[in-house]
Amino acid sequence: MAELLMTLVQGMGRQAALDLWKTTGIALVALRLNAMRSFLTMLGIIIGIASVIVMVSVSSGSKSEIERAIDQLGSNMLNIRPGTSTTGGRHGGAGSAAPFTEKDIKRLREKFVFLDGISGSVSSSAAVVYGNRNWTTGVIGIHTDYINVRQWVIEQGRNFSDREIRSGGKVALVGQAIIENLFDGSSPIGERIRIKNVPFTVIGVLQEKGESSFGRSRDDVIFIPISTARMRVSGRSTRSNPDMVGNIYLTVDPALDIDNAEQELVEFMRELRKLSPGAQDDFSVRNYSEFIRARNETSATLGLLLAATAAIALVVGGIGIMNIMLVSVTERTREIGLRLALGARRKDILMQFLVEAVTLCLIGSFFGVVIGLGAGEMINRFSEISVLLNVPIIFIAIGSAAFVGIFFGYYPARKASVMNPIDALRYE
Amino acid sequence: MGGEVIHALRDVSLQINTGECVAVMGPSGSGKSTLMNLIGALDVPTRGDLVVGGLNLSHQESDTLAGFRNHTIGFVFQQFNLLPRTSALENVKLPLFYSREPEPDDANARAIECLELVGLSDRMDHDPTQLSGGQQQRVAIARALANKPSVILADEPTGALDTKTSVEILDLFRKLNDSGITVIVVTHDPEVAAVTNRNLLFRDGRIVDDLGTGHG
Repeated sequence: MAELLMTLVQGMGRQAALDLWKTTGIALVALRLNAMRSFLTMLGIIIGIASVIVMVSVSSGSKSEIERAIDQLGSNMLNIRPGTSTTGGRHGGAGSAAPFTEKDIKRLREKFVFLDGISGSVSSSAAVVYGNRNWTTGVIGIHTDYINVRQWVIEQGRNFSDREIRSGGKVALVGQAIIENLFDGSSPIGERIRIKNVPFTVIGVLQEKGESSFGRSRDDVIFIPISTARMRVSGRSTRSNPDMVGNIYLTVDPALDIDNAEQELVEFMRELRKLSPGAQDDFSVRNYSEFIRARNETSATLGLLLAATAAIALVVGGIGIMNIMLVSVTERTREIGLRLALGARRKDILMQFLVEAVTLCLIGSFFGVVIGLGAGEMINRFSEISVLLNVPIIFIAIGSAAFVGIFFGYYPARKASVMNPIDALRYE
Repeated sequence: MGGEVIHALRDVSLQINTGECVAVMGPSGSGKSTLMNLIGALDVPTRGDLVVGGLNLSHQESDTLAGFRNHTIGFVFQQFNLLPRTSALENVKLPLFYSREPEPDDANARAIECLELVGLSDRMDHDPTQLSGGQQQRVAIARALANKPSVILADEPTGALDTKTSVEILDLFRKLNDSGITVIVVTHDPEVAAVTNRNLLFRDGRIVDDLGTGHG
């Protein structure tokens, strides 16, 4: 191998480039003389390279999907929701535990200095009317921080003021789907809409967010102050719990470790909800980025499986190359003897057969790339798996094909180069 | 392979001068082929010195020997040894590829020149299968001439040809010899020996007779 490397290193002069060019010409002629055999030999490489392409496309596709999803959710966001109550050994359903209150949020804000933002939410679905149109959509009551915590952007207009939040202001922020369905795309700022027959003034427009990773539009939404939502829309403000909060969303200072924050949060929540040691949590804290990562470990496993397949296919392909090159060297023993007699140096013969093996692999890799890209495009179009096709993949594929050619071509080429010229010339 | 060491040639002391035309004769196994292989640097002597064109071939790197074969020697074989499915022109260019000296255009010109010299310039795009035996041997001779060698080594060059064609090939050798190239021919054929200036007869690895105008 060292000899070969030396040849390659010395080799970048003009003469060597010319030699390589001519040697490639010789290789192409030799491969064409046995076109069918060359093609069959290439099949292994074609399959190997195609699976390398698909493998890398799928795994980079799922990686970018994860990153996008985490980005949208915010990697430092935690969500607290009421859990299951356990009363006398009997489990209630999800959310059966006591709801959170404004007081909980106030305590959390006081206790945790590391919070970037915190907001409660109260969700419901309601019919919204504008002029003679109506549209049923999700109406969510929020605190001001909600916009930042959930990474919304107010495209036009303004966020709610603290006063509006406290006093039950009849103001609303609307998503892009609402503008489309109620306002025909024109600016809704200052317009009056009715939610459950209560008049609201639109004070802001939310920037488009697109579909969630579960495929639902997130732009079909209206935000109103949480107090207003409790009193006027959700009907969930009861006498026993006038300050109820459905969910709590909060973001942690990005410099801090989110897992530690989660731990502390759980402990504090247990304190707040007066759970005795040993009792089960009647709330749950969710770390979304973790959740998504876990969900996508499946696709990482799939990627690994494909990588193993691709590696095996390439090795098998390489063995095929080695096999056929050995046959070729034996068949062409006389030719080798002749070339030696005419003045070929041993490294000329070595290069000739090495270049032939590499050429075989490179041509195979070309077909492999075409098939791999085609297969990636099909997967993209006809399945749920997201595939990211990019240029570096092609270079990776061609590089690995060249490597296979050199690695598996070396032994036959070496065998050709050490032949005794007299014996080779006499070979029948 | 086997344990027994066979000396194909022994006590051979021989001088061939530039411009000679020599026939090497002898029965099979007499060592004449070994002599050719040694002069052509395809083989190295176990003992003794062998100097061709000022270069002692006994102790050389394999690359040096390759260069020597390429520049100094022109081989002609009994079975022609042309590359199959490769045009006459490409066959003739083969030694030029390994000499690396001429630019591609010059290599082409030189190969055409050599084919003209053997009278085949009208057949240069033909494959060996499209050529007669005599024509194939001419292509092989053109190939041997490509790098302007000082010695032509021919191993039974007429062995696979009919009498008429053999005569033509021998004429060609004579012509080359007249132009100053040393020609050494291994042969069984007395017809060949008749046209050379000097005949060496080998038996059991030794020269038993050396006849001719040279050093007889």
